[in-house]
Amino acid sequence: MDTFISLQNVSYTYESEEPSAPAALRNVNLQVRRGEFLAVLGHNGSGKSTLAKLLNAILVPTEGKVIVQWMNTADEEKVYDIRRRVGMVFQNPDNQIVATIVEDDVAFGPENLGLPPEQIRNRVDEALKSVDMYDFRRAEPHKLSGGQKQRVAVAGIIAMRTDCIIFDESTAMIDPKGRREVLQTMRRLNRDMGITIVCITHFMEEAVQADRVVVMDDGAVAAVGTPHEVFADEALLRRTGLELPAAAALAQGIRAAGIPLPFVLTVEECVDALEQAARKAGVV
Amino acid sequence: MIRDITIGQYMPGNSFLHKMDARSKIVLTFAFILAIFFCKNFWSLGLMVLLSAVLVPVSRVPVRSVLRSLRPLIFILLFTAVLNLFYTKSGNVLWSWRFLTLTDKGLYTAVFMAVRILALVAVSTLLTFTTTPTDLTDGIERLLSPLKAVKVPVHSLAMMMTLALRFIPTLIEEIDRIMSAQKARGADLETGGFVRRAKALLPILIPLFVSSFRRAYDLAFAMECRCYRGGEGRTRMRQMRFTVRDGAACGVFALVIAGVAVLNFFFKPLI
Repeated sequence: MDTFISLQNVSYTYESEEPSAPAALRNVNLQVRRGEFLAVLGHNGSGKSTLAKLLNAILVPTEGKVIVQWMNTADEEKVYDIRRRVGMVFQNPDNQIVATIVEDDVAFGPENLGLPPEQIRNRVDEALKSVDMYDFRRAEPHKLSGGQKQRVAVAGIIAMRTDCIIFDESTAMIDPKGRREVLQTMRRLNRDMGITIVCITHFMEEAVQADRVVVMDDGAVAAVGTPHEVFADEALLRRTGLELPAAAALAQGIRAAGIPLPFVLTVEECVDALEQAARKAGVV
Repeated sequence: MIRDITIGQYMPGNSFLHKMDARSKIVLTFAFILAIFFCKNFWSLGLMVLLSAVLVPVSRVPVRSVLRSLRPLIFILLFTAVLNLFYTKSGNVLWSWRFLTLTDKGLYTAVFMAVRILALVAVSTLLTFTTTPTDLTDGIERLLSPLKAVKVPVHSLAMMMTLALRFIPTLIEEIDRIMSAQKARGADLETGGFVRRAKALLPILIPLFVSSFRRAYDLAFAMECRCYRGGEGRTRMRQMRFTVRDGAACGVFALVIAGVAVLNFFFKPLI
């Protein structure tokens, strides 16, 4: 897999009155690979949101550089070209919907790209179908649920045909049902449309679905690895204040009670492991 | 309950007027308003009233809704009628008492003005009943686009209007939330005199302002991330087309205007 976004020795310090303000990011080196599902985990203040904003030139690094394909985000002339490749879905669905009708909002991005009307029409319909919101195309956004609004926001990015979508804690403000809908949408876009997904989150269940997990702690990258590698490292979890996903925590508890279970992460894996253990013990 | 509010007073429908191009509806409404001020006698005014009366069934908007939109006018109508009745001194005196005189001309003017205002409001109401707020702003943007040549920021104005419409329900929800939060902290919003209640609004308005600025900040980022660079090089998904329907409507309107001119010419002006 080739590199899509590359962060090289990136540091970022927010402008502040105090000259000794701490850096939000310190010397981060990271590659986002084309087509992957990358989760960025970290507790509040770990620098994960700053990291997200550096990926599509909302912020420009104080030191080091961020390269999207061949373009440096510090180059102001390239900002437009970067943003048509790297889209972003924000935390609050209300603050990113522009129009009073769902389909008009989805059309906003393609309209800004200056596409011909028929092509925008096709893209909007396609994007709304891919997030399962086509039936709501004439609805008014304020009448939708949080999860539905967030899916409309996602459709707005899909219609721009970006190669990569960053979800900056896009599930933090919506209810569990909406969160599941958005997570499913992310996975489908990644699997079926080959869109690179960067998901900034503090929900372990979302990180478990990713190909790779980046753990941020105090402005630096604490670990990079597959979900299995990251969540099996108990010392790391303790140090960075992360919890095990519910299924993994359950399995750990059962192991502690003396029943041998392998390390599991997802609910499905946990169910399989339990079934096998039960079979071995002759219960079923 | 607050989620159910609809912006504007658009009534979904499929009538001739609903299907017309927003631009021609806006232009014809303004033309109607102008024309009704050129009517000089009851014959030409009657023709305009007839036109507005025909438009109501054509729009398939329930008559009751149109009448309801005219109800707030009662006060203005009475006020202008009384003024016109007693301030017109010319014409034959019909009745007089001390400083009050009532002339036939005053009577005509009073009725004339009332009918004018009613027809005018009824027709502009039909415009907002049959056109979505989005189409209205779009139509206004396109109609005003020649002004871009003299550096009027037409696109920015239209975008501001769209965003304002978009955020009305969001801000109403926000007010609701802040009010509940302040009530939970013991704020008393309902009792006391006017000054007291106005003061009680302050703890609601300040958080609302602060959060509106934050929203505006977020929204600007989100728009930039979706490659928004102002009106330059931007296309629109929805195209407005001037169709046979609009041509026909303009034709009918032109005939009515011609009728008004003829009637103005052949019958004695009343006012």
